[in-house]
Amino acid sequence: MSTRKAPTGTSRPTTYREALREGLREALLQDERVFLMGEDVGRYGGCFGVSLGLLEEFGPDRIRDTPLSESGFVGAGIGAALGGMRPVVEIMTVNFSLLALDQILNNAATLLHMSGGQLSVPVVIRMTTGAGRQLGAQHSHSLEGWYAHIPGIRVLAPATVDDARHMLAAALADPDPVLLFEHGSLYNAEGSLDATVDAVDLDTAAVRRPGTDVSVITYGGSLPKAMAAAETLAGEGISAEVVDLRTLRPLDDATVMASVGRTHRAVIVDEAWRSGSLAAEISSRITEQAFYELDAPVQRVCSAEVPIPYARQLEEAALPQPATIVDAVRRAVS
Amino acid sequence: MELYSGAKIRGFVHLYIGEEAVAVGVNQALREEDAVVSTYREHGHALARGVSADAVMAEMYGRATGCSRGRGGSMHLFDATHRFYGGNAIVAGGLPLAAGLALADRMRGSTRVTCCFFGDGAFAEGEFHETANLAALWRLPLLLVCENNLYAMGTSLAREHAQTNLAMRAASYGMPAWTVDGMDVLAVEAAALRAAESVRAGNGPHFLEAQTYRFRAHSMYDPDRYRAKSEIEEWKGRDPLKGLAELMRSEGQLDDRVMEELDKEVLAEIDQSVQRAEKAPLEPVSDLLRFVTSETGGAA
Repeated sequence: MSTRKAPTGTSRPTTYREALREGLREALLQDERVFLMGEDVGRYGGCFGVSLGLLEEFGPDRIRDTPLSESGFVGAGIGAALGGMRPVVEIMTVNFSLLALDQILNNAATLLHMSGGQLSVPVVIRMTTGAGRQLGAQHSHSLEGWYAHIPGIRVLAPATVDDARHMLAAALADPDPVLLFEHGSLYNAEGSLDATVDAVDLDTAAVRRPGTDVSVITYGGSLPKAMAAAETLAGEGISAEVVDLRTLRPLDDATVMASVGRTHRAVIVDEAWRSGSLAAEISSRITEQAFYELDAPVQRVCSAEVPIPYARQLEEAALPQPATIVDAVRRAVS
Repeated sequence: MELYSGAKIRGFVHLYIGEEAVAVGVNQALREEDAVVSTYREHGHALARGVSADAVMAEMYGRATGCSRGRGGSMHLFDATHRFYGGNAIVAGGLPLAAGLALADRMRGSTRVTCCFFGDGAFAEGEFHETANLAALWRLPLLLVCENNLYAMGTSLAREHAQTNLAMRAASYGMPAWTVDGMDVLAVEAAALRAAESVRAGNGPHFLEAQTYRFRAHSMYDPDRYRAKSEIEEWKGRDPLKGLAELMRSEGQLDDRVMEELDKEVLAEIDQSVQRAEKAPLEPVSDLLRFVTSETGGAA
């Protein structure tokens, strides 16, 4: 996997959505085996507009609209990967992916092992995750932690425009199944795309903001909230280091433990429910690997244990917010 | 079966006895470059596809020389060199995969056929219908072979399907669908050949229902209380092996001496594969975590 080049200052404003589209377009141009399929990816342009214009450029064979049959078309993506193609399968939201869970877990994640190493499955499955858009419980959950439970797949959560731009290429280069979780509230987010970065390393987490007093460990849609919280805390004289996990499976323990080793305090921000969450896993790993580095109990900021509600004030109250992250950090450093 | 009783082979084992004509007939119609996707009752499919008895037996013994290196067992036989894609224990789970293999061929303009075996139980699963729709919509080179053995574990066809005419239902997706006597290997071969050639010619998916019967219980744990003894005996009267032998005798192609030799050959091959499996090395426990992710690394 290529390494990150040193930025030279050339950058341009891009939205997360456009960055994802550029990544897709590049993949389609570079490898004839790559094709995109999913619900409304073609004529409609993708329900979040990610694939807008790609049908016109690449045609219906490679930008392939599917029926509303998640298990069928995700399984077909897995089969096409077995058959030598490099399919990118889009599922509208993580809630819908549950209809394809059999194919993802029992086939994609399992075939290589069950076949004694004979059958690798180079499929990439993209989907939206997360809440914040008043879409109600069946369009708002954060279930990527469930997928991160499964051996045999890689789970990615791009939080920045650079990651949105380049993670797909790295995912397609992986010989094993990769799930890419795009947070719905990030699509319109603008960032500065570094034109000198041409690849990302999927094996390492990134320190997005260095700090000395506390490690705020997060990923995906919670990263901007953690960054906002860190900014507020800086005003109070608390220096928070923000770690973006980027890859949820396999977890980069080294970066997390190194950060905790520097700050001696940890706050984990995870939009999923607290019980049995990725936040629980990370907290546990910190206890196992860096217990003696800790000056305070690990804090967790997760969603309320409730199906995500529709009403704005209820939804906001259910989710991690910059203010709740600030509170958790204050508890950790007090 | 004896090896299972003797605890040499463990796990769920689903014997194929009685259904042999389907695997043999269909595989006769397929070519080396074609792909086969199968179910947990796949020993017959694997052998008819050309996977060696040694590799199958060793896998059932959980040995390093098994076709899945001891990771799969009876329900997960795989052989990439024969394009044999398992070995799926989730009923209907292989159907979408087969559609994907066919899609890959179609997108590359290949004339290969993907054949997917499944049972009448799979017909009740959504994945069958999702796959049939997708395959017909995209005109995928897919041969769907339903082994209708009348029982989904212990549930008879009439107790699980509102409409038991499976070919008619498959035809509703806009694909040619035929029913064939699954106890007659020549009939299966003829029908499969016709279907496979039409698939190969670019006419989209075809559906073949083979009406067959398993002489043994669903699995080695099944007490088989749901079927009348008389029904089983009646079907045994149509044993596909005996049926073919009788036909060949009547046409003068087979006599007692040849039959005796054939029996001996088969028994010797089985005996040899058992002996080899017994002596084969175990997959080392130190390799437990291998094949969870690829060992080739992530480089493009």
